[in-house]
Amino acid sequence: MSIDIKTATIEAKRTTFDHIVEKLGEGKTPTRYQEAVFGHQAEEVFHYRPTWDSERELFDARRTAIVMNDFEDLLDPRQYYYGTYVIQRSKQRESQEKNFSVVEKRGLLEDLDAVMKEKISKVVVPFRHAEWGANNNNYYIAGYGFQTPITAAATFQGMDRLANAQYLTSIGLILSSNDPAILDQAKDEWLNTPMWQGLRKLVEDSFVTKDWFELHVLQNYLLDGVFQPLLFKHFENEVVKNGGAAFAMLTEFFVDWFVESQRWADSTIKVAVKESDANKALVESWINKWQPTVIAAADQLAEFVFAERSKDIIQQIETELDARSKKIGIQVQEK
Amino acid sequence: MTTKAKRLNMNQKYQLMTRGLDWETTYQDMDDVFPYDKYEGIKIKDWDKWQDPFRLTVDAYWKYQSEKERKLYAILDSVAQNNSQLSISDARYMNAVKIWMQGVTPLEYNAFRGFCTLGRGFRGAGARVACQFQAIDEMRHHQTQIHAFSHYNKFFNGMNQQSRIRDRAWYLSIPKSYFEDAMTAGPFEFITAISFSFEYVLTNLLFMPFVSGAAYNGDLATTTFGFSAQSDESRHMTLGLEIIKFMLEQHEDNVPIIQGWLDKWFWRGYRLLGLVGTMMDYMLPKKVMSWRQAWEIYWEENGVALFNDLARYGIKMPKHHETATKEKNRITHEFWSTIYQFSHATALYTWIPGNEELDWLSAEYGELFDTVYRPRYEYWKELDDKGERFFQERLPVVCNVCQIPIFHTMPDDPLKNCCLVSEYKGTKHQMCSEGCLDIFNNEPEKYCQAYIPPQQIYQGNCGGATLDDYRKWLHIRDEDTGEYYGSEDHQMWEKWKAQAGKPTDEAA
Amino acid sequence: MAENVFIALQNNPDAQPIIEAIIQDNEHAIVNESPGMVKIDCPKRLVIKRETVEEKLGREFELQDIHLTLISLSGNMDEDEDEIVLQWNF
Ligand SMILES: [Fe+2]
Ligand SMILES: [Fe+2]
Ligand SMILES: [Zn+2]
Repeated sequence: MSIDIKTATIEAKRTTFDHIVEKLGEGKTPTRYQEAVFGHQAEEVFHYRPTWDSERELFDARRTAIVMNDFEDLLDPRQYYYGTYVIQRSKQRESQEKNFSVVEKRGLLEDLDAVMKEKISKVVVPFRHAEWGANNNNYYIAGYGFQTPITAAATFQGMDRLANAQYLTSIGLILSSNDPAILDQAKDEWLNTPMWQGLRKLVEDSFVTKDWFELHVLQNYLLDGVFQPLLFKHFENEVVKNGGAAFAMLTEFFVDWFVESQRWADSTIKVAVKESDANKALVESWINKWQPTVIAAADQLAEFVFAERSKDIIQQIETELDARSKKIGIQVQEK
Repeated sequence: MTTKAKRLNMNQKYQLMTRGLDWETTYQDMDDVFPYDKYEGIKIKDWDKWQDPFRLTVDAYWKYQSEKERKLYAILDSVAQNNSQLSISDARYMNAVKIWMQGVTPLEYNAFRGFCTLGRGFRGAGARVACQFQAIDEMRHHQTQIHAFSHYNKFFNGMNQQSRIRDRAWYLSIPKSYFEDAMTAGPFEFITAISFSFEYVLTNLLFMPFVSGAAYNGDLATTTFGFSAQSDESRHMTLGLEIIKFMLEQHEDNVPIIQGWLDKWFWRGYRLLGLVGTMMDYMLPKKVMSWRQAWEIYWEENGVALFNDLARYGIKMPKHHETATKEKNRITHEFWSTIYQFSHATALYTWIPGNEELDWLSAEYGELFDTVYRPRYEYWKELDDKGERFFQERLPVVCNVCQIPIFHTMPDDPLKNCCLVSEYKGTKHQMCSEGCLDIFNNEPEKYCQAYIPPQQIYQGNCGGATLDDYRKWLHIRDEDTGEYYGSEDHQMWEKWKAQAGKPTDEAA
Repeated sequence: MAENVFIALQNNPDAQPIIEAIIQDNEHAIVNESPGMVKIDCPKRLVIKRETVEEKLGREFELQDIHLTLISLSGNMDEDEDEIVLQWNF
């Protein structure tokens, strides 16, 4: 049966779910983002303690030292829910794929001079392992974090990082005309050459960092805040200046993605810092603890790429990072 | 100009894109990086033997999924614009949607979070990536369901308080405890429970007849998210089979551990699905397939074929599967009878099926239905006609494992109730069946922690000792509960039909 | 019989060429239709060939596109560019 309703008046009883009304106040129509992220993580009546963490509940706010009155305040400024996320990325993917196929078909990277090619394969290709590390860390945040806004966004961030790693793999394969040896060599560099060891140790240390918000600060703020500009701004400029305009086509995705993901990192950290002095002190302590090591690791890489200009470039990057920190309410240590 | 690039096939490309990314850590011990993948006793000699069934790169994933999402949201928008709730077969149908939203949607959320931890936790890169894709898929299922139900929630009762009753309501402890049981186990048991036992073995019983039923009953929104989610599900099912084969092939010591999990999760999943069977048999005004028939197709044929295939690893049919098959003619009737008597303590409406529906049930279930359940329904109908709608006064005793009220009967005697007791540390625990008793006795430390709603209520931990207090604590109004006929949903539906100038009370 | 593999697809125009291809390539396939979906059972082994789908469709087809209409399946799955095979090994 189907009712022909042209004449009927259909009156809605309510605009949305009760928990959304509680959150936003009476009479507001929520966005799909708000409906997707508010009120979904179980809050009470946990039946069993986890065998892998018997001190805490299945979902437990105490897996970070950050204390929030409401962890749902850690919103994603991009307001991504699954649908908007995949649709946005698939658009970017389309243009990225076009770029790749143009560069590949026309052989645009082939004319690049050998020194630059060598640099790309030694600097950009091994970085796929760091992106893979970022992927793992974001799934940690997504799994053990608290409430949906931060865990959903970390899941997107995790996917993005796997995509980044795969795009870097493709760049390597274009450079080598699909000879996988270039990847083996890059992995060998990642594992063994001194200039990568600072970063690799940091990534491995991040793998055993238990506090998920600390990990968020370390990965999505500090590591990204230093290494993304180093590679996809300064190094990219270097390649472009040396006749490698095509290279910028291959890394376009990274540039756009970083602008976007930075906004998320800044705003979530800012909200936590604003919540209390205790949170602020914690985030500052994490930044003080990790930032010098991240900078030192970047130094090792920068020296290889930029030689005598490396000090300047690293300083520029750190100045930008410190400016971001001030903006989000963090006291920056004197250098 | 240069040497022509070699072509890489799909498999090679996928390998390079995924596997090569991983490395053995040296600055930190691998056991500290992956602290949770050994304590269950599963032995993995070589993670590289892991076979990825679907070889999706992230960009291909974005491409397919965005296409699906565009289609899905276009339909959800049009459902809202056109008030498509008016094309459902009957407003009773919405109670099936309520069960879904109250009980199943939160499981999608938990699957999302659970697979995130596996997407970080497994030592093998291939398995990790597969779990990551599944995690984000499950987030999709959760969100698309919320968005689909958001429109229905504007009109029908029983959905608006979902985020409160999800944790608190006694009957929703059935799905909640099921999933929390899996999530609080280690990663290998979790994936065996969810990807294999639930998604591969049993999910067909959940999605296929139910979503098909939604289509048949004119529910465009559920049909759309249901089939669309199911297209991800087939990837998950393949992951489920792959992980089982992988664990079994890795070490012979894994076989008995896995057999134990299959026994446990078959039974736990089967008990949970009783609820779905009840939706199929009773809540779909237009019937697609009975529980009995679905059980025969998806378990007795397809499930058994699967276990035949696993026999070469030394895997046997899950324990108590014979009991499940013996119960196929009664479980949904026992379940419906129970919900009927307790629906004043739920955010659902229940009713006595109309005569045509009873005839259909008789035809599907035969003599047992005619001698046991039909007379019971007819008696309750008489009471209702006299204005004495039958409800129980107190909440039922529930099984300490599956959380289902203890209404099940003896495997070989459908007239005799089954209630088994196990004593642990001086406390008696009641179970509904041999299957649940085994599960309890294998892990008493786990199940003695379970939150048992009726006990909590009578101890005064749920807002007071009466059902009235309890409903308030759940944020359920009187009007959201009880008998369907005369309910707010029913009245609204009748009003819509009257406005449309159609004859009311069309035979179901 | 407990030896069938199966594949279930949405019953829509996109799936039609795939269904036709399956019927052509699998002699013992049995087609069951229910609201919104088509389930195809086949004893022990079922194959979907890209070439046949392309023939039915009249243009190129990537087997991974089956994800857009796939509902469920049963059997060990193996997939490459040219075919998807579902089978039991007993
Ligand atoms: Fe799902
Ligand atoms: Fe799933
Ligand atoms: Zn039980």
